[in-house]
Amino acid sequence: MIETSPATALHAIGLNKSYGALAATRDVSLSVPAGSALGIIGPNGAGKTTLFNLITGAVRADSGEITLFGEDIARFDARRRCLAGIARSFQVPQPFTGLTTYENALIAAAFGRALSEKAARPHAREALERVGLARKADMPAGNLTLLDRKRLELARALATGPRLLLLDEIAGGMTEAECSELVELVREIRDAGVTIVWIEHVLHALLKVVDRILVLDFGKVIAEGPPETILRDPHVTSIYLGPEEIQA
Amino acid sequence: MAYVDAITQGILLGGLYALFAAGLSLIFGVMRLVNIAHGDFIVLGAYIALVTVQTTGLHPFLSLIVVVPLMAGLGYAIQRWLLNRTLGPNLLPPILVTFGLAVVIENSLLMLFSTDNRRLAVGAIETASLSLGPISVGWLPVSTFLVAVALIAGLELLFYRTAMGRAFRATSDDSEIARAMGVNTRHVHSIAMAISFSVIAIAGVLLAARSNFDPFSGPARLIFGFEAVIIGGLGSLWGTLAGGIVLGVAQALGAQISPQMQFLAGHLVFFLILAVRPRGLFPRMD
Repeated sequence: MIETSPATALHAIGLNKSYGALAATRDVSLSVPAGSALGIIGPNGAGKTTLFNLITGAVRADSGEITLFGEDIARFDARRRCLAGIARSFQVPQPFTGLTTYENALIAAAFGRALSEKAARPHAREALERVGLARKADMPAGNLTLLDRKRLELARALATGPRLLLLDEIAGGMTEAECSELVELVREIRDAGVTIVWIEHVLHALLKVVDRILVLDFGKVIAEGPPETILRDPHVTSIYLGPEEIQA
Repeated sequence: MAYVDAITQGILLGGLYALFAAGLSLIFGVMRLVNIAHGDFIVLGAYIALVTVQTTGLHPFLSLIVVVPLMAGLGYAIQRWLLNRTLGPNLLPPILVTFGLAVVIENSLLMLFSTDNRRLAVGAIETASLSLGPISVGWLPVSTFLVAVALIAGLELLFYRTAMGRAFRATSDDSEIARAMGVNTRHVHSIAMAISFSVIAIAGVLLAARSNFDPFSGPARLIFGFEAVIIGGLGSLWGTLAGGIVLGVAQALGAQISPQMQFLAGHLVFFLILAVRPRGLFPRMD
């Protein structure tokens, strides 16, 4: 049965998506309690980003059910899912390069919250301050460095006022210091009550935040559980971590 | 002195071409849509003005109170329920559909109005002129030029100073991401088309006040508009005004050499600029 209780932030049953003969996700089901954080790991091409596309509505599932805080959103397009409270940061940052950093956040705040521009301004400012981009507010987003573009991804997602935040490999390519700063930020966001689903290869960053981990391989869920159980699962370690990581 | 006069007339004519072009430039900028029926919609606007004037007795310029909202509504509807369905990674489907619209409009106008030449009589302003030292310029071309400058300034303000303009630019940058941030891109596209059609309505009335038109006057207006957009550089509205002026001056100078040279000179200058600066004079878009 599909979850209709608002205590479950995201519930999906049997999500399928194929591109021709290639099954990108196969019968993926997951359940994320409100206020918790779920990590998703798996080798490249396992269907992690496709799963995000199915959750945000960027791609329509071939079959499957999905609810957000008990509300059936299967028929919602990407815009309505955003308004319902789903926000996402992309693996490859995609700012509106023709707009300033502030305007990027402002678009997200105004449209993602269905507010007038005036009412959206404080939300845009706050989101930029939270990720440490306030000083670069008036810079064209196209001129930001990679790290700042990643920050802007996060700021835009936050500006929409999400209840469920999907993070797609935000820690990749960061220094140790930047990474711990980021982990701290994600924890703050979670502590503020936002449910988090985070795809990440940088395991030590993920482990500082998530309550549970889901492992995808070839589009299928092969394991799901608390991090300590998952990382000891021989099936998972053989597929994903490689033998040398088992001792760690 | 004849050349100074020709250049002046050419600059003013460029204002009209910029009006033809501004709507094209706007929708290409927002949604990469090439509207082949643009010229025919200008002519449709002229006919709607003609009917409005005939039935209400309003002055043609006042008929804009009726024509602009009508055309804007038509533009919104066409984008919302027809052209939005054709937008995608492929540029060809909207071109084909607007080409079809062009044929439909031309033939519908032919059925309703026959091939007779029409004109909107705007009264004394048609012949009134203003002396600028040794040359004299008509009030109508001068007002057309001023309207073009004002409209382009207005569109620039809209684009860079308003919330709607920000949504235009975000949608133009990446409509999929804009949608994921809650922007209703179909509505944004339709608003852009409604604005384009408002400019079309004004261009149509000014065209009809200056020259004769018939159901098949559209395609030439489309070409002039296109040339102005390309000369100016895609995505730049002030560039579009500059492109219109370059085209107008080229045509006026060509006509000075020989009356048959008018349009040829315009096209030659267009090709020349395309060869030397393929991205136009003031490109803003990649």
